[in-house]
Amino acid sequence: MVTRTVVGARYGLKDWLAQRITASIMAIYTVVMAVLLLGRDGGYEGWRAIMSTGAVRFFTFLFIVSLCYHAWVGVRDIWMDYVKPVSTRLLLHVLTLLVLVGYAGWAVQIIWRL
Amino acid sequence: MAESVKERPKHLNLFEIKQPLPALMSILHRVSGAGLFLMLPLLIWLFGLSLRSSESFEAFKATVGHPVVKLVLLGLLWAYLHHFCMGIRILLIDIHVGVEKAPARASALAVLVVSLALTVILGAKLW
Repeated sequence: MVTRTVVGARYGLKDWLAQRITASIMAIYTVVMAVLLLGRDGGYEGWRAIMSTGAVRFFTFLFIVSLCYHAWVGVRDIWMDYVKPVSTRLLLHVLTLLVLVGYAGWAVQIIWRL
Repeated sequence: MAESVKERPKHLNLFEIKQPLPALMSILHRVSGAGLFLMLPLLIWLFGLSLRSSESFEAFKATVGHPVVKLVLLGLLWAYLHHFCMGIRILLIDIHVGVEKAPARASALAVLVVSLALTVILGAKLW
């Protein structure tokens, strides 16, 4: 008989690759934004102007989605490593997923309102 | 004259064994990632506050000026930079750059030093 272990989520190559792709997107975004932002004064108008540029909004959106997917894979790995009871693990997985989806919506509406 | 099986030392107590530097950096990668995840609500809230209006921007400046918030944000800055540098190291090892023991140890040290140095430089610049 095949013993199946309930792990609460599918994982493997796909998530390994997703982790690398989302990391690369965030790394490039971080460097570009650091260059854009570090050379300017700290006023509100300039900050808002940069963040409401079409390209910046587009890439900020990508960053937010990447961040939440990346955090999902990473945090889920932490639960899988340390939380053994299936019911607790499943609950933590679901809660993690729900808060991350909520965070994504919250962060996206901030840039969408600009 | 059967030779007794050699008792190998087993030091599985994480507080007793000496971890090599790459292992410590790897643990910090996880710790920094977990910390960033836990503090996401604070960061998104601050992000929103900084962009909503010029009044909320003033509130944002007052909030990040508070010593406790400043300390937390400095910690998160380090967490982000460490996670960033360690992430680059992992991506490089994925494409077979620096896999051998010596370069892997050197790059682990570089992650520690560069992320701390960047935290000091950026921390000083932002405050």
